Amino acid sequence: MEHLFFFYFALVIAASSVLVVGLRNPIYSALSLLIMFFHVAGLYVTLHAEFLAAVQVIVYAGAILVLYLFVVMLLNLKQDERYHRQWPVAAGVGSVLVLEALVLTVLKGRSSSATPAVSETSAAELGNTEALGDVLYSTYLFPFEVASLILLVAMIGAIILAKKDLGGESV
Amino acid sequence: MVMMYELIPVLPLAAFLILGIFGHWIKAKAHLVAVPAVILSWCISILAFVDVADGHHSTFRLYTWLTSGMLEVHIGLTIDRLTAVMLLLVTTVSALVHVYTIGYMKGEPGYARFFSYIALFTFSMLMLVLADNFLQLFVFWEAVGLCSYLLIGHWYERPSACAAATKAFIVNRVGDFGFILGLLLVFTTFDSLDYATVFANIEREAAKTINVLDPLGGSLDVSALTVICLLLFLGAVGKSAQVPLHVWLPDAMEGPTPISALIHAATMVTAGVFMVARLAPLYNASPAAMSVVAVVGAVTMVLGATIALTQTDIKRVVAYSTMSQLGYMIMACGLGAYTAGMYHLLTHGAFKALLFLGCGSVIIALHHEQDMRRMGGLKDRLPITYWTFVVGSLALAGFPLTAGFFSKDELLVSAWGSGPLGQVLAVFGLLTALLTAFYSFRLVFVTFWGPSHVDSHHAAHVHEPSPTMTVPLIILAVLSIAAGYLGIPEFLSPMFERGGERAHGGGATVVMLVASAMGLLGIAGAYYAYVLNPDLPDRLAQRWRTAYEWSLHKWYVDEAYDRSIVRPTFAAASELWKRVDVAVIDGAVNGVARAIAWGAWFLRLLQSGQTQHYALGMALGAVVILTLLMVI
Amino acid sequence: MIPLSYYVTLSAVVFFTGLVGVLIRRNIIIILLSVELMLNATNINFVAFSQSLHNIAGQVFVFFALTVAAAEVAVGLAIIIALHRAKNTINVDEFQLLKW
Repeated sequence: MEHLFFFYFALVIAASSVLVVGLRNPIYSALSLLIMFFHVAGLYVTLHAEFLAAVQVIVYAGAILVLYLFVVMLLNLKQDERYHRQWPVAAGVGSVLVLEALVLTVLKGRSSSATPAVSETSAAELGNTEALGDVLYSTYLFPFEVASLILLVAMIGAIILAKKDLGGESV
Repeated sequence: MVMMYELIPVLPLAAFLILGIFGHWIKAKAHLVAVPAVILSWCISILAFVDVADGHHSTFRLYTWLTSGMLEVHIGLTIDRLTAVMLLLVTTVSALVHVYTIGYMKGEPGYARFFSYIALFTFSMLMLVLADNFLQLFVFWEAVGLCSYLLIGHWYERPSACAAATKAFIVNRVGDFGFILGLLLVFTTFDSLDYATVFANIEREAAKTINVLDPLGGSLDVSALTVICLLLFLGAVGKSAQVPLHVWLPDAMEGPTPISALIHAATMVTAGVFMVARLAPLYNASPAAMSVVAVVGAVTMVLGATIALTQTDIKRVVAYSTMSQLGYMIMACGLGAYTAGMYHLLTHGAFKALLFLGCGSVIIALHHEQDMRRMGGLKDRLPITYWTFVVGSLALAGFPLTAGFFSKDELLVSAWGSGPLGQVLAVFGLLTALLTAFYSFRLVFVTFWGPSHVDSHHAAHVHEPSPTMTVPLIILAVLSIAAGYLGIPEFLSPMFERGGERAHGGGATVVMLVASAMGLLGIAGAYYAYVLNPDLPDRLAQRWRTAYEWSLHKWYVDEAYDRSIVRPTFAAASELWKRVDVAVIDGAVNGVARAIAWGAWFLRLLQSGQTQHYALGMALGAVVILTLLMVI
Repeated sequence: MIPLSYYVTLSAVVFFTGLVGVLIRRNIIIILLSVELMLNATNINFVAFSQSLHNIAGQVFVFFALTVAAAEVAVGLAIIIALHRAKNTINVDEFQLLKW
């Protein structure tokens, strides 16, 4: 049963990521990405990371993708040439890399193939959200604060970069 | 007393240094430095001569130059009879030329420079003559060659002068190559370069032989002493303008006339003869080398005389005459008559310097005209020059009672008495005496007698030059006669065992009479051809066209050298330049630069500015790392 | 239990797809989308390992990666807008001033 869910999610993720890269219209690419995001969230749920699944949907699908769609529609683009001249090389490189990654996984994966099935219960005692929150506000407090600072800077930066001439017309 | 002899060469050296450094400020007063120095040197030479005549033979070392293993070379002076007479010759002629130069080079911009160079030359020649070892001889041999180069090219703005100076130096160098080899061979054979040591050991080394075909894998044993003598003689061939290295002497007439008198008549060119005479013990031990020397001298003697018959430049006539007389001297030395050779060298020094200075006087009077066809009728306008010139020509022709007569007679008699080869060569000598008399009086008659062909501009201004120029002429004229009565042969003969015997008897008298007859015949012939019958020479030239052309063009020796040596060398140099220097060496150096530039161009293409190219680079890097992870 | 290698494989596939997308596409927006793909792939990796090794740190990292991705998208799109204003195109080939 689990395998079924996994393979479904994995297949759709792979297919939609290919579509993202391959489709001509940027709106269609963005929408494929949206599908991918949802299925990644689903994958997280199967991995008992429910909180992350929720955050994934809210942030990625809800904020980031919407931002992309806004920009695409704002810029009102024409359809340009799709692929760069170096696409054969890139395709070659990509396939080689995938192959090598697979080989490496198979070769090295053997050595530590034992996946301990022990502590399912221990993780289930504490729910995902609580476990995450527990760690986030104790051990990882400093990166947490820094992350908020990053967001602040990004916000300011985005406003300034996208503004029209400084001191000129209002945005 | 003995220490004073060092001043003989040092005084001219001091004059050279002072004029060389301060000449720019001294300028027209340069003669005040040079002339007293050389005259003082002359006075001390007389003292040395008197000392030697009393029987003292001085040798002293000044300075040890280098010691290296078995080789020990020092700067030293030796004064014996041979040296004493040479000292007198050099200082006398040099002093007279110094005085003459005051008038000749008056007003010239290079006045001080000229005096500094002839002072340097005098120093070098004196040191050469005073040397007591081979290496010192060689060093100053080269030094006089250098001075000759500097002085021939004195008017260096003239390309012909520069070319002549270079030619003189290069041809001398060819001879010096042989000299150096001879020097090395002397050292390897005798383990020393001192005259005294070498002469003492000749008997011991007489049997040594060298296999001259060794490098080629053959075998031909030649006596070591013969090889040494021949190699050293090669140097003399270059320096004394013997055939085949005589080609520089006529071109050396590009230099001012005083140096033609000093260097190319009396002193430098006689260095070769001096060397053979100084090394007489060595040459006496090698009869084969002596025969070669004699024959070379005879060939030069004849060649020079035949060419002088047709030349029209007065200085060239005298130059070829010098070459011919040098041939006489070398021939005499080659036949063992060293005393006679040196005697002729001394008298020749006097009258040939006189002839050159006389030419100079004529040239100055006619505003640097040197072609005898544009002269004539000068004997009344330039009386002193004319009469001294006649005296010099009489001495050259061997007219009885002049110094030239006595020395030439001595020479031919000794040659006749020295064996079968000597007799053959003496016949040639007598024939050459005829030619000598003929061409020297041809020069006199065409230049001084007959109708004047002088350029009309200058004809009115022809006048006798200043006393600074005429007094040396007179002194030399007196010497040209008086030198025959000074008893030079008796003075020199104790030095040379073989040449010491003076031939007496019937053979000697006949030779003397024939020589005198030849001289008188030559003078008469010249008189007939150039005074009585002026168009005879042209008719003769037409009749014997080939002989005339060969004589006029110096037997085409220069042309032969040009074809066989000069042009191939230039061609080879040009090819080397184009093929090797430009194509290979420059090509390699520039090629490296081009290769780097190309490499840079290639690498620049990597910076396309397109982000995705850079990203591709990163992806390729990832491929490499993953591959490494896979493999390792 | 689903073996870890399956998740790693999936992550690799998505990641290299995103990489190829960066290398291939000329539209800057699509390039940024491909970058998002790559980030997501690493997130999948982290969560899978976190689950496999029973260490919550992996998920914390995903949390932060998510945050940074959001910030990066904001700034990136702002830059795209600025570029578009300058050259009226978002074909990445047009932006090649940093070259020899």
